Amino acid sequence: MADLTRSAAQLPAQPRLRFSWVWLGVVPFFIFIIAFLFYPATSIVVQTFVDPRHGLTFQNILSLNKPFIVTSYLYTIELSLVTALGGGLLGFLLAYAITIGKLPPFVRSAVLTFSGVASNFAGIPLAFAFIATIGQLGIVTQFLRSFGIALYPNFSLYSFWGLSLTYIYFQIPLMVLVLAPALDGLKREWREASENLGATTFQYWRYIGLPILFPSILGAMALLFGNAFGAHATAFALTGGASQSSVVTILIGAQLSSDALSDPGLGNALSFGMIVIMVITIALYSQMQRRAERWMKQ
Amino acid sequence: MRRLSIWPWVWLALGSLYFLLPLAATLQFSLQAKKGTLGFAAYANVFKDAKFFESFAFSFQTALATILLSVVLLVPTTYWVQIRLPRLRPVIEFFTLLPIVVPAVVLVFGLARTYNRTFFTDSREGLWFLLVGAYVVLSFPYMYRAIDTGLRSVNVLVLTEAAQSLGANWLTIMTQVILPNIVVALLSGAFVTFAIVMGEFTIASLLAQPAFGPYMNLLSSSKVYEPSALAVVSFLLTWGSIALFQGLSRNAGTPRVR
Repeated sequence: MADLTRSAAQLPAQPRLRFSWVWLGVVPFFIFIIAFLFYPATSIVVQTFVDPRHGLTFQNILSLNKPFIVTSYLYTIELSLVTALGGGLLGFLLAYAITIGKLPPFVRSAVLTFSGVASNFAGIPLAFAFIATIGQLGIVTQFLRSFGIALYPNFSLYSFWGLSLTYIYFQIPLMVLVLAPALDGLKREWREASENLGATTFQYWRYIGLPILFPSILGAMALLFGNAFGAHATAFALTGGASQSSVVTILIGAQLSSDALSDPGLGNALSFGMIVIMVITIALYSQMQRRAERWMKQ
Repeated sequence: MRRLSIWPWVWLALGSLYFLLPLAATLQFSLQAKKGTLGFAAYANVFKDAKFFESFAFSFQTALATILLSVVLLVPTTYWVQIRLPRLRPVIEFFTLLPIVVPAVVLVFGLARTYNRTFFTDSREGLWFLLVGAYVVLSFPYMYRAIDTGLRSVNVLVLTEAAQSLGANWLTIMTQVILPNIVVALLSGAFVTFAIVMGEFTIASLLAQPAFGPYMNLLSSSKVYEPSALAVVSFLLTWGSIALFQGLSRNAGTPRVR
């Protein structure tokens, strides 16, 4: 209460912004963002908990508890985890190589530019590229066959591991882009100081380098997780949109394209579950980012 | 003195292998349409298809409309927030980054359900508006960052005051003073947006739009070698627009002597 009166008393001191024409300048932006993002997104959340007669319901959430939906969520989570870890590890090593690894500057800028393109390179062409590489008729498949190594039928591009391999293609560059600034922030003095005190390379990384980088790495992997979780086109192109035992995004797409068959609440609940997971991962990312910044500012 | 280590080169080689092998394989694959010889038969087939040009032109127009609308919405808003409403900056930032949390498939689901049985879903023009609107939302994280950085690198307040004292109105300030100063920053956002829209599949296909992404996917169900030719074309397009941007920004980066 005391705070309220104090801030009210302070108001006249500030330039008066309330109900001023100044606010008119940002109205078009807000109308657009509300109409095309905020309202549709919130209506998914609201519709999930509202039944056709405008009452509160948990039926839609409960209806997620069907074997094929649970399987799909688990499958997607597993896929996102594996590709976040795999892409994260390779991306970390590559980011390390171009920053602390002292590769020539032109290599660094080439890798960063390429990463900028490749991280956006999810989707249909990426799926085609992997079909041409390790599909049944792919170049690598045939190359290995000429050495007597048969990839198929033990491996399939359309299986979990095939999908993972394809996803990692856009996960690595994202990791490089997110982690390179953090690795640049590792101060040379820390390394020198630890070496002067007799630390080995292993000890430096074990006690100094990795603990400092840990929040950045974890945050970046959370981002990678969300990135894989929301991917739709790549999985669609590889699995042909078969909705059984597939990723959640394809289930949502199927809900939309076969409207007549579907239960309207289910699509909302599926999307809601997706938003929840994305919010958790992004929250983790920004929390970790904040923690990482402590070492960067100085 | 740090000893030179072999490991960075090993990681680079490994990364390059992962990045380049699929690209090389796609290229090789696309040239194999005629058995036994390498040739451009697959490309010839792609370019013979009228649907290729139609869908390409459709996505091209959609990309331009997206960029235009994104610029019209974001430049005045970002500018206004910087000179008059700095307190609003975190709010704008939040909203422009929100698309990262909402995956494309959820966005299109929400839009289609929200505007079900309205002009937006019941007419061809309406669906196209919905498509452009969704793409503008997708472009926000890139465009806003580009525009915000561009505006911060020039002193907009001084420029505005100088223009005002010379009697310029808001439209003149926007088009003659602000836009020319941030054109390079704008282009960086525009090219990323262009690349994203040209290859986008999810939203276009769920809104049943005749775009390039769905066309590519459709082709893959009936053809073997043509899709990889199409993938190569799509790579070149993306790389071309990025290279173009890099060239532009390098030219603009050097201070002009008058």
